[in-house]
This record gives sequence, C-alpha cells and structure tokens, in this order.
Amino acid sequence: MSLKSRSEWQRFEGRQKWIRILSSLSVLAALFIFWETMDVRVSYFADAPVHLYDLFSRMYPPDMSVLPNLIGPTIETFHMSLLATGFAFIFSIPTAILAAENLSPNDVTYGLGKLIISTCRSVHDIIWALIFVLILGPGALAGILGMGMKSIGFIGKFFAEEIEEIDRNTTKAVRATGANSALIMIYGIVPQIKAAFVGLTVYRWDVNIRAATIVGLVGAGGIGVQLDQAMGFLYWGEVLTILIVIFVLVVISEVVSAYLREKTR
Amino acid sequence: MATEQNSVSEKQKGTWERPSTFYNKYTKYALYVIIIGFFAWSFIGTGFDVERILQGYGELTPVIGIAWPPNFEDRFLSLYFQGIYESVGMAFLATIGGVLISIPFAFMGARNIAPRPLYYFARGIFVSTRSFHNLIVGIVFVTAVGTGAFAGILTFMFSTLGYWAKLMAEDIEDIAGNKLDSIRAVGASPLQILIYAVVPQVMPRAVGLTIYRWDSNIRGSIIIGIVGAGGIGLTLINSYRRYEYDVTLAILLIIIAIVLVGEVASAYIRGKVQ
Repeated sequence: MSLKSRSEWQRFEGRQKWIRILSSLSVLAALFIFWETMDVRVSYFADAPVHLYDLFSRMYPPDMSVLPNLIGPTIETFHMSLLATGFAFIFSIPTAILAAENLSPNDVTYGLGKLIISTCRSVHDIIWALIFVLILGPGALAGILGMGMKSIGFIGKFFAEEIEEIDRNTTKAVRATGANSALIMIYGIVPQIKAAFVGLTVYRWDVNIRAATIVGLVGAGGIGVQLDQAMGFLYWGEVLTILIVIFVLVVISEVVSAYLREKTR
Repeated sequence: MATEQNSVSEKQKGTWERPSTFYNKYTKYALYVIIIGFFAWSFIGTGFDVERILQGYGELTPVIGIAWPPNFEDRFLSLYFQGIYESVGMAFLATIGGVLISIPFAFMGARNIAPRPLYYFARGIFVSTRSFHNLIVGIVFVTAVGTGAFAGILTFMFSTLGYWAKLMAEDIEDIAGNKLDSIRAVGASPLQILIYAVVPQVMPRAVGLTIYRWDSNIRGSIIIGIVGAGGIGLTLINSYRRYEYDVTLAILLIIIAIVLVGEVASAYIRGKVQ
C-alpha cells in the first residue's frame, strides 16, 4: 500500500476513496429516482416564458392608486415584526439559560430547554401562524405569536451557545469581590453576552420583517393579507405594487439591521 | 444593592462606572426611550389585548376536540407519505439544480477573482433573490409553470441561488491568496487557477453548505404547498380549509418529527465533512 502510494500520487486513498465514490453514486441514484418517480412536468417549462410574460404584462404598470391603502398594512407589518422579536427576546432568555450546559440547573432542565428550542425552531413561521389563527382567529396577534414562537427557537439556540462560551474567570473575579448572584449576573455575565444578544435580536428582527410580509397569506395580518386578496381578485397591478412595497420594506430593514449589527460588534 | 447606590452618589469624585457600548450615557438612555416608544406604539397599533387571548383560549376547546386524536388512518397515511416524499424530493432536486446554477454566480460574486462589473451584477442578483420570501417566489412560479412539484423546485433553486451562492462567494473571498499566486506563477490560465487553486480550498465548505441548504429547503418545501407548489403543504392547507383538524394535527406532528430527524442527520453529516 505504502509502496503504491509512493509510486503514483492519489488525492484520496483506500477507504476514503470508496466512501467518496459511494456517496457520489448514491447522490446520483437519488437524483435519478426522485426525477423519475416525482410528477415533474418539465413540458410545462416550454411555455413558461409565455405565461411569465403574460403575468408581467398584466402586472405592469403597477397600480399606484392603491398605495394610500397600503400604508396601514405596511405599518402593521412593521409593528408585527417588532412585537414578535420583543416577545421572542423575553422568552428566549429563560429558555437559553435552561438550554445552556453551564447554567442549567440539572440534566432534566437542560433536556427540556433543548426540546423547547428544537420544537420551536423546526416548525415554520407560517405553520405556527396557522395554529394561532386557529386558536385566536385571523389578525395580527396570530402572526405575532407565530413568528415569536419560531424566533424563540432561533434566538434561544444562539443565546444558549453564547452563554456556554462565557469566560468563567470573569464571574469568579466578580464573586471574589463579595458580589451576590444578582451582581454577578450584572457585572460578570451580562457584559460578556450583551453585544451578541443585541446583534442576534436585531438580525432576527430583520428576518421577522420578511416573515411578517407573508404570514398574511394564512390570515395572520400584515401586508400579506392585502397580497392574498389582490391575488384572489386577480388584480395583478395591485400585486406588483404590493411586491414593490415589500421589496422596499425588506431592503430598508436589511440596511438598518446591518448598520445596527455593525454598531454592536 | 447598597454598593450600587454608593457608587452613584460618589460618581462626582470620579469613581468607576460600568463601561457602555454607546457614545455616552445620554445616547444610551435616549436609545432605550426610543426602543420602548416603538414597542408602545406597536402595542397600541396592533390592538394587542389580553381579553382577546383569554377569549380565544375558550374557543380552543372545540378545536382540540376535533383535532385530537390525530388522524393516522391508513388511507390518510398514504396521502401523508406521498406528500412528504414529494417535499423531500422537491428539496433534493432543487438543491442539486440550485447549486449547479449557483456555481458561476459564486465565482462572480467573489471580489478577489471576479472583475468589478460582474461582481456588482452578482451581488445585485443575491440581494434581489433574498428579498422575496419563498412563498412569494412560489406564487410567481406557480403562475408560470402551473401547480405541482416543478414550481416548487424552481422556487427553491431560486432561493438556493440567493443563499448558497452568496455564502460561497464570501468563502472564496477568504481563501489564501498566495496559493492563487503560486498556481498563476506556473503559467496557469484563469480556468486552471479556478480548478487547481480555488476549488480545492472551498470544496469542504461547499459540501457542508449544500447539505445545510438541503436541510433548509426541506423546511421550506414543507410549506410551499400553501401556494399550490406541491408537497405536504398542499395536503396540510387543504385539510385546514376543510376543518379536518385531526388530519392537520397529524401532518403537523409528522412535520415536526421529520425536521427533528433531518436536523440530527444534517448535523451528523456536516460534522463528518468538516
């Protein structure tokens, strides 16, 4: 083996090479099987340009007369993203403490924290919103709670990771000055994680603005409700106006979020 | 608490103060006031009231009555299986297809190897693909190619272009420049530089990102059916609209299980690759 590898150079040897070949083959096989068994009607692709052209010609020019009616929903979208983020921030702190290995009281609470985070994270905003629309009826509140649940999972996960990376020496030093546990929290732990917390929350707010524009499709408030209605009535000019408003909103939030995260770093 | 009050009263003497991330104390408090103000405005603006939550809580009982127990009957089970299969397959095909179309854009979006105009062109594409949520892109593709899995595949190819290509471009920007120089020094053409200097350095990251993308595409393909683009989402929204909440609940439970399994699998494979 060693003689052979000396005589001719190979990037991968032995087992590693076979693993690579096998995994490549299985990807190809999966590709083939999925392509064959799924009902992928590529023939529709042939006249897709025609349909797309048709769609855009009906959309253009955008119907700017509805713009005044969109101001309210746009502001509501903004409110929803903000409240969802605030809700998630408040609830993700205790969750993160449970799910952080070094602060969690015991193994049971640690498991519980992890379970809450995975469950919240694994369910999409839309599905959370759907559940809350079921319970609370359509409206902004369902959307806020829906996005909030998803955000708890996301923020909580990264908060917990951030808490696990705390430097123990700092908290020891604060304790050595005779501080009680509240003071240790304020002077020993908070300064170490504050910047990351703020950065993550601002990032999540940015993500929530995007989510807030579409939870309306299931009736959970925001500009998505207008979008859903305009599509239902086939008012394509209005649809394009709404899409432009969403685009502007998302770009603004992205710029603001990038600026704030730059500041907190 | 006593110590803190002490330090406040002795501040004139120039005692230590907690360092602030802001320019000064006034900016800090002004910012806090602004944040609280925004939240208060949102609270009032959205008509957030506790009474409504309590009222909703009462109406939860009949909903639970329909929803529990979740419906795992045989005839529905095959329906769920078909939906999940379509979602996973859609995500798989979209990831492969999306990565293939993303590769040129990843190179174009890397500042260190792409000419300036191409760089700005690729960055523009990243921003515009990422601005619209999958569902909105899905609506457009459903109109273009009709309902069904193909619209979903196109949607996720589009979003893979935004995320995969952008992160890859950032990785390519981070590669060691001296390796580029050394390959160039032996007289390699630009294409050979890409193959022998850039690709080997970013390959492990590319595989990791692709698997991560598949993971998030599965998450997305589960809900894309809401706008008619195939997968389990279509079954979910149909049952929801027919008030068959037991079916809805069963699908939700299956989705949660699948995503949890997917998360573990994806973490395992990424751990292996890196």
